[in-house]
Amino acid sequence: MLTALLLIWPVAAALLLHFVRGSAARALAFGASLVELVLAIYAAFQFQTDYSLPHFELDYAWLASAGIHFHIGMDGLSLLLVLLTAFLVPLILLASFRHEYENPSVFYALVLFMQSGLIGVFVALDAFVFYFFWEVALIPIYFLAGVWGGERRVQVTLKFFIYTVVGSLLMLAGFVYLYYMTGATGAARSSDLSAFYNLNLSTEEQSWVFLLIFAAFAIKMPLFPLHSWQPDTYAEAPAPATMLLSGIMLKMGIYGTLRWLMPVVPLGVSRWVGLIMVLAVIGVIYGALIAIRQRDMKRLIAFSSLSHVGLMIAGMFSLTAVGLQGTVIQMLAHGVNVVGMFFIADIIERRTGTRQIPELGGLTRATPLLSVTFLVILLGTVALPLTNGFVGEFLLLMGVYQFNPWLGAVAGLTIVFGAVYLLRMFQRVMLGPDSSFSAVIRDLTGAELAVLVPLVVMVFWIGLFPGTFMHISEPAVNKLLVLINR
Amino acid sequence: MESTIPEVIRTVPLQHYVFFAAALFSIGVLGVLTRRNAIIIFMCVELMLNAVNVLLAAFSAYRADPNGQVFVFFIMAVAAAEVAVGLGIIVMIYRNIQNTDVNLLDRLKW
Amino acid sequence: MAEQAPLAVFTGSPLLYVLIPLLPFLGFLINGLLNRRLSGTVAGGISSLAVLGSFLLSLMHFVQFTGTPYTVHLFDWISVGSLHIPFDYQIDQLSLIMLLLVTGVGFLIHVYSIGYMHHDENVGKFFAFLNLFVFSMLLLVMGANYVILFIGWEGVGLCSYLLIGFWNKHTAFNNAAKKAFIINRIGDLGFLLGIFLIYQTFDSVQYGEVFQKAAAGQFGPYTVAIVTVITLLLFVGAMGKSAQLPLYTWLPDAMAGPTPVSALIHAATMVTAGIYMVLRSNILYTLSPDTLNVVAWIGGLTALFAATIGLAQNDIKKVLAYSTVSQLGYMFLALGVMGYTSSLFHVLTHAFFKALMFLGAGSVIHAMSNEQDIRNMGGLRKALPITFLTFLIGCLAIAGIPPFSGFFSKDEILTHAFEHNKILYGIGLLTAFLTAFYMFRLLFLTFFGEFRGTEEQKHHLHESPATMTLPLIVLAILAAVGGFMNAPLVLGKGYLADFLAPLFAYSKQTNPEAFGAEIDHATEYMLIGLSVAAGVLGIVFAYVQYVSRRVRPADDASQRGFLENLVYHKYYVDELYNTLFVKPSMFLSRGLHDFVEKRVVDAGVNGVGRGVFGGSKLLGSLQTGRVETYLLLMVIGIVVVLALNFMKF
Repeated sequence: MLTALLLIWPVAAALLLHFVRGSAARALAFGASLVELVLAIYAAFQFQTDYSLPHFELDYAWLASAGIHFHIGMDGLSLLLVLLTAFLVPLILLASFRHEYENPSVFYALVLFMQSGLIGVFVALDAFVFYFFWEVALIPIYFLAGVWGGERRVQVTLKFFIYTVVGSLLMLAGFVYLYYMTGATGAARSSDLSAFYNLNLSTEEQSWVFLLIFAAFAIKMPLFPLHSWQPDTYAEAPAPATMLLSGIMLKMGIYGTLRWLMPVVPLGVSRWVGLIMVLAVIGVIYGALIAIRQRDMKRLIAFSSLSHVGLMIAGMFSLTAVGLQGTVIQMLAHGVNVVGMFFIADIIERRTGTRQIPELGGLTRATPLLSVTFLVILLGTVALPLTNGFVGEFLLLMGVYQFNPWLGAVAGLTIVFGAVYLLRMFQRVMLGPDSSFSAVIRDLTGAELAVLVPLVVMVFWIGLFPGTFMHISEPAVNKLLVLINR
Repeated sequence: MESTIPEVIRTVPLQHYVFFAAALFSIGVLGVLTRRNAIIIFMCVELMLNAVNVLLAAFSAYRADPNGQVFVFFIMAVAAAEVAVGLGIIVMIYRNIQNTDVNLLDRLKW
Repeated sequence: MAEQAPLAVFTGSPLLYVLIPLLPFLGFLINGLLNRRLSGTVAGGISSLAVLGSFLLSLMHFVQFTGTPYTVHLFDWISVGSLHIPFDYQIDQLSLIMLLLVTGVGFLIHVYSIGYMHHDENVGKFFAFLNLFVFSMLLLVMGANYVILFIGWEGVGLCSYLLIGFWNKHTAFNNAAKKAFIINRIGDLGFLLGIFLIYQTFDSVQYGEVFQKAAAGQFGPYTVAIVTVITLLLFVGAMGKSAQLPLYTWLPDAMAGPTPVSALIHAATMVTAGIYMVLRSNILYTLSPDTLNVVAWIGGLTALFAATIGLAQNDIKKVLAYSTVSQLGYMFLALGVMGYTSSLFHVLTHAFFKALMFLGAGSVIHAMSNEQDIRNMGGLRKALPITFLTFLIGCLAIAGIPPFSGFFSKDEILTHAFEHNKILYGIGLLTAFLTAFYMFRLLFLTFFGEFRGTEEQKHHLHESPATMTLPLIVLAILAAVGGFMNAPLVLGKGYLADFLAPLFAYSKQTNPEAFGAEIDHATEYMLIGLSVAAGVLGIVFAYVQYVSRRVRPADDASQRGFLENLVYHKYYVDELYNTLFVKPSMFLSRGLHDFVEKRVVDAGVNGVGRGVFGGSKLLGSLQTGRVETYLLLMVIGIVVVLALNFMKF
């Protein structure tokens, strides 16, 4: 039931938002997201010891005659992502407080709808429920970006939307096929996750189904070369939408692959794994190289995110315990870091009116707090040991290395290029000779610190004691590995 | 079955009706395709409808099955209603553009 | 020996061990959080005391050390499947010596910094970073596995980045900082891959287990040849951190940082991390003679190469920087010829005399109001007597004049080189000569002759305050007598060699003969004579050139011969790297973005969109709006359907 409550609460709050106007809307939205966080933490403490089994299950016969149930529940892996979502959404809301959006009640209602959709994706245990929430998460972001975005918002958002929907429909086709196959042996058809896990398809079938379903995930993550919606969308969307997209939404693709793809069609995975590894590693290097010369901070972060996600995909497809655990921990780390980076880019843009790196410089002298938080989050992103990025990248690279040493070595270049583009940005924005802004820029305000301090704490928490989280996901990941290697 | 059909009717063989109806229908089709005046096109459509009516009536009589003739009445009724609406539209068009040339009416697209 | 149990585990409270790195970390937090609210002296006092505390604790552990290495378990850090990376410390001969070195020299440099950074507005930040550095360096030497080592390894890299770019108004300094970090990261990548391979081979990253398995010949799925790959990968890391060919270019640029930083990080401690790592893994290196050869040659060539560049530098800190690169090369040369003890010995003596010289240079720069060009100095020995005397001791030590410390360690290295490879010995000897020459060139140009600076500078000349001179004096004493820790082989084995012997037990067991048969005394005396002669000769040449003949280095713009020009411009290595790596990367970055991203990937996606648009336009054009066309199409459609129907399709 707790899972259902986690799903319903944001929706209820979003509906309530309809009745309030102006700044009360954001206060209500923020309060609601805090309650959601408390619920998620409560759920974490209520977890029984076995993290590999779904907890707080709800199995409501939705379309009972067709074998489609509204089946939701959380195991360790879901729990971590639900926690991540519940942790990031209040911060994202708080970060958006500094802006005056038109129609705030609609804006914040959409964010809460989106939260519900995201959590739904992470807790769904039925393919059609999963698909439903997958789309539910997409629609609010379309409006957020399309209505409150930058100048080119309509064109960019439409491209993003169509791109994603094409992928989703292919995924739906894959699910429908699997659904029909569950009835192939004469048993009643079912779209339940466990029914999918019990399927016994031929390699040929699996490889086609894999392509269909992976299309949706690969676009969402995104995997090179399906990423071209990403930099534009990140740059054009309003800051909270960008944070939602990069911080949580792209984890949907990775989570989906872990939960709905690898264990369902393991033979299909092994058919395509070589190609995907190569594409992912190309993405790592490609994103990093392009990031070096970006002038727009948000675009730079977008390409850096492409590079980091490439590494996550590669680690995940190494199909080793190290790689999968690395992916899980890196999902959390990347969520924290990328949200922090986009927030800082937004702060700087608000203060100076520009995101263009060459126009900035020498900001550090007036802004010690901003410099420190920026540096910490940046170091987390460059994977310095004892920050969150290191644990993930270390495990991911080890996974890729175990898959193939040469790929590991090439993917490892990310630690060099990552340092190049991020330090370059830091130097040109924060350090160097004074620019016209360095005297007038204000340091962080209390509300901004309230967003950044939890992020900084997480940077070190995950970096120093990754065990807290890996311990939660390990049984679930091991169970997935058993299914993958069956 | 043959015996139940009156002699009067049998003096004209069924084929004649079929050929006649086909000719009538073809004239209608050609008219619709080649003429540009909306009213003439409309009349040609009526021609096609009536060609079908003739066929229906003929087969109905030869097979001694009244259903066909009932159907003809229906068609006539519908055609009458359609004429009323269609002519109304044509009148409206004429009032607007002082013409009934269908080639001038090319805004009927996406 | 092979059955030697994996290291004993310390069972008591780990507090006294945790505190060693934790004290500097607390200093970092205090200084970092209270940044501008503390006065410079208080900030410096806090961080110096923190390091002093670590030093005293290290000393305590050193005194209590029984000779049996042990590990101290703190907590489990990363644990996935069979991969366990605990957060452990290892206390043994090597880590204890490094602890004493880092905290001891570190403390002196902290004290010195109180005086040196007195005028700086961000002094709190400076001490915070300095303490963070000590913290990372202590983690580096105390870690009980390769991953903890890597934490410290990257941590010191970060601090180096922060401190080189400490005066962040200057783009050149920031670039130097970035360059240091990035080149180090290239090395780190090699190191990281080495760690992965170690894990695959030995199924562990803990020193104790890895070395035991390596000595016992258990290479998991591989044969002994894998060790060569592992050690080479690790050595790539060492090349980056310890500034060896071809990854040395960051170190001279790193002189952009404040001088105490150059002394602590870029001379005494951080740059020796590579040597520490090879020493730590000595059993692996011993198992791979090929790698040792590579190490020896790279070390020897770096020593010579950097020394020749040092001949023509005019920036007082740049000379010292190239000298550091050169001396680091010496240490790797020692490692490569399996003079493990002598390498560590040289690490220690080098830390003393090079820190001394950097601090002395700092004192000079301080007195000269931030002038670093030796062409504008001269005759400073009267104004700065203590600095001069201590600097002289440093120069004598590095030139290898007995009985100063550098003589002993350098002689030991040369002896080992002589046993292994006569060419490398020749290179070492030539480097010794060049080193003596350029160090005394520096000394003579700075402290002898006429003052060549401006009147204002002359007026301002003063000896540094006590916080700066005291560390100089202490370091000078250490540089003078430090050599007796490990007197040369003629006089029997030194204390250091005895103390360190257990560290190399595995190596000795797998390859006993490589540890060198004793060479006869006649040869040994000859070698001592030769190395002293090289040093003396270098000094004499420098004296003749720069004191007797009063030669002054030419201005930047003046004409030079081909060779001189080549050396003066540091063999154009920076320019070469720029052309070979930096520019192509930038070009690639732009090319990928402007061409591949825009014209291929994105154009592909947009192409699909455009295709749909085009298709819809094409089909849309059928909708002419003309009733005739519609009707005609309809009729054609009906005819086709009927025709198909009749033909029984």
